[in-house]
Order: sequence, then structure tokens, then C-alpha cells
Amino acid sequence: MSSRRQQRAASRQTIERNLREILTPEGVPVRVELAARGDRAAAVIIDLLIMAVCMIVSVLGITIITGFSGIGRFGFILILLVFFFLRNFYFMFFELKWQGQTPGKRRLGLKVIDRFGRPLSSEAVFARNMMREIEIFLPMGILFSGSATGISGLMQFFAFVWAMTLVCLPMMNKDNLRAGDLIAGTLVVREPKIILAADMTEASRDADGETQPEFVFTQTQLDAYGVYELQTLEALLRNKSPEGGEKRQIAGKAIMKKIGWPDPVPARKMDAFLTCYYQTLRKRLESQLLMGRRKEDKFDVGNKAG
Amino acid sequence: MAQQTVKSYQFRVERQGNWTRLENMVQRAEKSGLTSLSSQEIFEMPHLYKGALSSLSVARSISLDKNVVDYLEALVARAYFLLHSQQRTAGTAFKRLMVHSVPVAVRSIRQEIMVSAAVFLLGLLAAFILVLQNPDWYFSFVSPELAGGRQPAASAEELRDGLYASQDGVNNLDIFATQLFTHNSQVGILAFALGFALGLPTIWLLFTNGAMLGAFLALYHSKGLLFELGGWLIIHGSTEITAILLCGAAGLATARHYMFPGKYGRLEALAVHGKKAGIVAFGCIVMFLAAGLLEGFARQLVTSDAVRYGVGLSLFAMWLSYFIYGGRNNAPGDDA
Repeated sequence: MSSRRQQRAASRQTIERNLREILTPEGVPVRVELAARGDRAAAVIIDLLIMAVCMIVSVLGITIITGFSGIGRFGFILILLVFFFLRNFYFMFFELKWQGQTPGKRRLGLKVIDRFGRPLSSEAVFARNMMREIEIFLPMGILFSGSATGISGLMQFFAFVWAMTLVCLPMMNKDNLRAGDLIAGTLVVREPKIILAADMTEASRDADGETQPEFVFTQTQLDAYGVYELQTLEALLRNKSPEGGEKRQIAGKAIMKKIGWPDPVPARKMDAFLTCYYQTLRKRLESQLLMGRRKEDKFDVGNKAG
Repeated sequence: MAQQTVKSYQFRVERQGNWTRLENMVQRAEKSGLTSLSSQEIFEMPHLYKGALSSLSVARSISLDKNVVDYLEALVARAYFLLHSQQRTAGTAFKRLMVHSVPVAVRSIRQEIMVSAAVFLLGLLAAFILVLQNPDWYFSFVSPELAGGRQPAASAEELRDGLYASQDGVNNLDIFATQLFTHNSQVGILAFALGFALGLPTIWLLFTNGAMLGAFLALYHSKGLLFELGGWLIIHGSTEITAILLCGAAGLATARHYMFPGKYGRLEALAVHGKKAGIVAFGCIVMFLAAGLLEGFARQLVTSDAVRYGVGLSLFAMWLSYFIYGGRNNAPGDDA
């Protein structure tokens, strides 16, 4: 029993681990979810692809235009300048324009914020993207052609080791910070977007319009579970996929067994049973909450051990 | 009716109108900027935000409807980011950066600039003296591909020709300029970036670059061309070497504040000072661009020593006054 309890505590911790709190000036901590490393990598790849496409298009365009009029050298300089501007200003431009988002980040639903809850300053955007030069372009340069970086020998070795360390930096800290985030004091979070769903107590009322609860539960039956189970049940009830139905059947049987529900509920009535149990349990737990007692989960029996 | 007596449900029903109104505004503002909201809405938004914030506090303590709490968390966070953001266009931000932030940031690392200049000069002097005593040292400081024809074996005439591109230089110089720019800015960025390795590679890089210059100077000095070389170098070097020194200083500043965070935590110190260092490095990119143009165009086109010295020194004076006096009379911004 205690090992399952530990497991559950551990799984709750993994969720908590990805949450960061930002204290607003009003004194209310706002929770944000850290962006996953994979998502960030994907966002960068999308941005780099967009840049590559821009470069190819501009090379083709400039070659065609200047090729006709025979000013090839001028075209070449133009191309180098376009590369320079894309490489240095692409990320800065979009992060300034879109409040900490680039096309790649927007696609993946990520956002740059200030780690200390202050506004994301334009200075921070410049600083964090300056570091991309050494996090993305320098390692690429070293990888593809050693001499392109204009350094040699011992320095090149230094540069390589160091560039690789910087590339791997986000994997070495709990906030997934890259070097640019470190110096700019920024954090990349998942853009919070949650739709306000109908309250589960309301949903059933619309569905059957009954005034009398169909199932009546005793106090002991309600004491079997706590907040954790209630919210798991909520997620289950909101799950509209076909597997959700099957899961509800299984969960319903488990609940009936646990609370010792006497008469069997037919499969088609299962949703109504679960909804009713959810409502009654929530009402009870919430009223306990108002009295200052929060029953965390089914193992929480009120005696404060730790 | 059991449902109606659930208090958290009543709480929600009473307030959700305002929540969705705020959500609607936030959504539009996120998509097309705060300017897309009407003045009435702009006025209303902070109030709705405060309302949602207090709803969140209450919901956290009384509601067990996870969806409502999560929704409010997300809504409040979005509104918070929106209200606490700087509404600047990229152009304004860039202008502000160049006019205000860069000089201020440069001034804030002046101690590191002293150190990086000292290291650079040390390298320069060491190489100069060594090469003067024994020209064999030359290639320990200058890599052969960078030296080109400029080597101890070359005659004074050949070296002099190299300084005044007369016949073949002009046709390729523009491309040369752009490439040089790319090369130099990479050296600079490297000096900055390697500051993360506790500054040691930065010092090494500054020293070797100084030594390279010192070796050059010694070589030309031995052939009696020091003054001419000076002109050749200073026209762009005053900009470029300043930028390299600044980049090195920025790297050193990062290292310093990481190692000795002072009153802040280590990470916070890095965030405060690293940001400044990053801004300095950004300013240096612009300087390298200027230096590249000077090196490619001005140096090849201007062959008079006096004019070269004049341009180089006045540019140096310009950079100096920009860093010393720039951005002083701006209102102190929110660049924290």
C-alpha cells in the first residue's frame, strides 16, 4: 500500500516539476508550465527551415534579377547581407513583434517570458538571441567546415568542446535553460490555453433534467475518496473518446467495489451513476474544504502524519 | 436540486461572463496586438484581469473543479503576459537599443574593458619584442593562411605594395569586405561566448589576437614601414580592435559575475549582467559591420597615409564619445 502511495506522490511531483510560479505584483502566484525540450527543439527546427527557405528564395531571386542586368558582384554582396540579416535578426524581429514568439514557437504553442515575472524587455530579447550565434551557427560552422570559423588549432578544439557544452546546456538544468536564457533571464513556457468546459454538475442537469438525484450515497461511501480521485474522475467524465467509455465502465466497477454499492448498475446507466457520484462527492469535499479540511486522496484519513 | 447548492458552481456562474469577456479580449490582443482593442476595452481589461486574479485565488481554495482552476490559471497567465509586456515595435526597440542601451551597457563593464585592453596590449608587446629579436617567431603568432604574402622573407617593396592596393585590389574588394566582416565578427562573438568558460579562453583569444597584431607591427617595423602599416591598419582597426576588446570585455563580465555573484543569486547575477554583456556584443556586431565596410572599401580606395590616419582616428573618437556620452539623457528605461 505504501509503495503505491509513494508512486502516486511521485507522479504528482513530475507534474509539479514542470510548473513554475511567477508572483504577480498583486501577490498572487501564477503557474506556468515549462516548455518541453523536444517542443523547443522542434520550434527551432521550424524556424531554421523557414530561414533556409527565405535564403534559398532570396538567392534565386537575386540571381535571376542581377543575372539579367549583369551585376553579379553586387548580387553576391546582397546575398551575403541578406544572410547576415536573417541570421542575426530573424529571431529578434519576431520575438519583439509577437511578444516572445517566433513562427516556430507559435506553431508549437511556446512563449518566452521573463524568469522573474517582470515584463519581457527588448534588451532580453536581443541578448538571448545574440547567444544563438554560438549555440546554433557556430557549432554548425565547426561541424561543416572547421576553417569557416577563422580559428585554428587549440582554439578550435576549445571552441568545439565549448560549443557542444552550450548546445547541451538545456539538458543539464531543471528549467531547460539555454545559454541565451541564462544571460537574458528568460524562460520558455508552454502558452497557456485551456478552454472553459461546462461544469460537470451542470452537464448532467441539462442531459436528463431530473430534479431528484438518481443514486443516493451514504457518508461512508463518500469518505472513500479524496480530491485526487475526484479530479481523476472529472477528467474521465470529460473524456469523450470511445476509450473513455470503456475506461468509465472499469472505473465504475472499481468504485462500486470500493464503496460496497449493493445493486449492479447496467452499462448504459454507468455514466449517470458516475456523474451522480462525482457531484455528491464534490459537494461533500468542497463543504469540508470550507471547514478547512482538505482530503487529499483516499489514503488521507485526517490524522496528520507528515 | 443537489446541483444548485454546490457553492463553487454558483461562484462560477456568477463570474464566468467576465472571464469569457477577458478571454475574448486576450485572444484578440494576442493575435493582432493591443491596438486591435477598442479604447473601452483597453480601459476595462485591467479590471477584468484583477477580477480574474481574485477569482483564481478563491477558486484555488474552494473549488475542486479542476477545469475551472486550470482555466483561470491559464487565463490569468495570458492576461498577465499581455498587460506586463513592452509594447514596442521591432524598429523602436532597435533604435532604443542603439541609442540608449548599448552605451549604457558598455559603460557598465568599463573595468572589464580595462582588463581586456591590458591583455591585448600585453600580447601585442610580447609578440612585437619577440619578433623584433628573432623573425622566426613570426609564424608562431600569425597563421600562414592569414599572413598571405606578408612574411619575414618578403622584401620591403612587396610589403609596401600590399598596403596600397593599386592594380588588382579594387575589383574584388567588396566581396573581400563582406567576408572579412563575417570572419571578424565571429572572432568577436567567440571572445564573448567563451566568457562562459570562466573567461580563460577569452583571455587567450585576446592575447593571441594582440600577439598577431604585434607580430605584424614588428615585421613592418623591421622593414621601416611601421608608419605606413599604421595607416593601413588604423582606418578600420580603430573600429575593429575596439569591437574585439568590447566583446572580450563582455565575455569577461559574464565570467566575473558568474564566479562572484555578489548580493544576487548566481543565476540572477548572470541574468542581470549577462544581459548587459549580450547587448555589448550586439553593439559590437554593428561595429564589425562598419569595420568590414571600412576595411573593404575605404582602405582600398584611400591610399594617402594622412587621410587613413585621419579617418581612423576620427572614427575612434566618434566611438569613444558614443560610448561615453551616449544614452545619458534618456529617461531611465525598464532595461532591468
